[in-house]
Amino acid sequence: MRAMVYRGPWKIRVEEKDVPPIEHPNDAIVRVTLAAICGSDLHLYHGMMPDTRVGMTFGHEFIGVVEEVGPSVQNLKRGDRVMVPFNVFCGSCFFCARGLYSNCHNVNPNATAVGGIYGYSHTCGGYDGGQAEFVRVPFADVGPSLIPEWMDDEDAVLLTDALATGYFGAQLGDIIEGDVVVVFGAGPVGLFAAKSAWLMGAGRVIVIDHLEYRLEKARTFAHAETYNFTEHDDVVVHMKKITEHLGADVAIDAVGAEADGNFVQHLTSVKLKLQGGSPVALNWAIDSVRKGGTVSVMGAYGPMFSAVKFGDAFNKGLTLRMNQCPVKRQWPRLFEHVRNGYLKPSDIVTHRIPLEHIAEGYYIFSAKLDDCIKPLIVPNAG
Amino acid sequence: MAYTADKPVLAESSDQLRARIPGWGVDLDPKDRPSVPRERFDPNLSGAHWDFPERQPEKRPRERSIEHEFLTPVFGTSCPPKGVSGMMRKHAYTLSEGRAAHWLILVAADRVDALGSHLRSFLTLHPDDPITESGVLSEISHHGMASRVGKKRADLAHQPLDPIIAVGPWVVAGGVVYVGLKGLLRAVTRAGRD
Repeated sequence: MRAMVYRGPWKIRVEEKDVPPIEHPNDAIVRVTLAAICGSDLHLYHGMMPDTRVGMTFGHEFIGVVEEVGPSVQNLKRGDRVMVPFNVFCGSCFFCARGLYSNCHNVNPNATAVGGIYGYSHTCGGYDGGQAEFVRVPFADVGPSLIPEWMDDEDAVLLTDALATGYFGAQLGDIIEGDVVVVFGAGPVGLFAAKSAWLMGAGRVIVIDHLEYRLEKARTFAHAETYNFTEHDDVVVHMKKITEHLGADVAIDAVGAEADGNFVQHLTSVKLKLQGGSPVALNWAIDSVRKGGTVSVMGAYGPMFSAVKFGDAFNKGLTLRMNQCPVKRQWPRLFEHVRNGYLKPSDIVTHRIPLEHIAEGYYIFSAKLDDCIKPLIVPNAG
Repeated sequence: MAYTADKPVLAESSDQLRARIPGWGVDLDPKDRPSVPRERFDPNLSGAHWDFPERQPEKRPRERSIEHEFLTPVFGTSCPPKGVSGMMRKHAYTLSEGRAAHWLILVAADRVDALGSHLRSFLTLHPDDPITESGVLSEISHHGMASRVGKKRADLAHQPLDPIIAVGPWVVAGGVVYVGLKGLLRAVTRAGRD
């Protein structure tokens, strides 16, 4: 089969690999029909995530058709169209039994600090991902769902991570009616978090970024008030000025490890790998939210330490909430919202790239060329 | 506004927002949201029909965190550790996730793995190609200049560093090959003279 393969920082190619075999009785093999590149894939691409091995296939956002099932699979059969959450999870451990699917204890031997994620380094379990023609899907009776007949493929693939994560990020903000919500980052997760904040009754939604085309999308897609942080000497002071000097009630970090806005933070994390991530957006969130407010962290960070302004969070009495999104827990509600037209995730798709050209896809997304917001990957066999 | 007990007045009321934004307030009740409460015990919800999953066969020794009691019943089988980087990774897994050395050794192993793989690729029919593998030609095909010129982009300050990181391993590899060949040539010349 053809599959994207990591060759080292900033380098990937498409190679011929063996079709993955059934390795466990509850495995399924899925023929991928559509995949996506996630902003967090760029952390792997840039060599930031520890234990990212040459030869691995990335990709944790994908949908497809069941090609083969293991002997204990009861809920799926060959030919079923399925969407697969980015979390690999068993459904039966202490954490899964409590709905914390992203924190499953039975799928990641390499680390206890994170659950299993498709195509996301050995730190997340060493599973090959879906930027390929075929992918192994463990716990087929637990993770995947049939794609509803009425749902578009492009909406379905964005439900496997980006939309679910943005919606989850808004939930972690504990938004109540009339709250002022500021979202740092106008990428896919930030756009979906901003849009979701309205569903939860926000009274004002502000989005901060430095890419004007993404801020334009935040205005049109997410109905948000926007600010370009490069136009302000100090974005934190600006945030205070526009919130009567109290700060926002809720701040959402939808940027994560590769945040821009501070050269030294970026250099020491993205380029020199001395931090788990550049916490510029997180620090701005901490400083922009009001005392007693809530910071929701949806941007992904690596497992190493980062220079976070913890003292400010302590002294302000903030609630810090975060987790990888337990995707499947969000789906029933999100299916309703998509069907009712409140959310149309595919509106943010800007690029559709054949698998054979995936290196260009990563480059365009990474360098933010061509007004790229969300690139999809179309495998040949799909 | 003076610092009083009042919450600042919003520009739009809830009714105005409901009229303007499709779906405004459909998840208004904080208790009626999918991830509330954070932990909701329901072992029958997931579809799992086991108390503990069957174990995936361990076809080769699988590295694991020492914070786990045992190898998890299911695990990924991509890219087993190999060579010098593999030895480094195995050593890293003797240290807990709480130790910075665990992660730093893994990051160092990633760099060794990448460099070694680039060098090995030159001995194959499919050597690494920095042009196609970096996707850099997208600069021409996808408006590299227009995407940057005249834009207030914060990332322009560090983007010039990216080519150095991307091309660096090739420069190192080229240097290693050059020094190796030079040494080999010198040894052959010396042997011929003797």
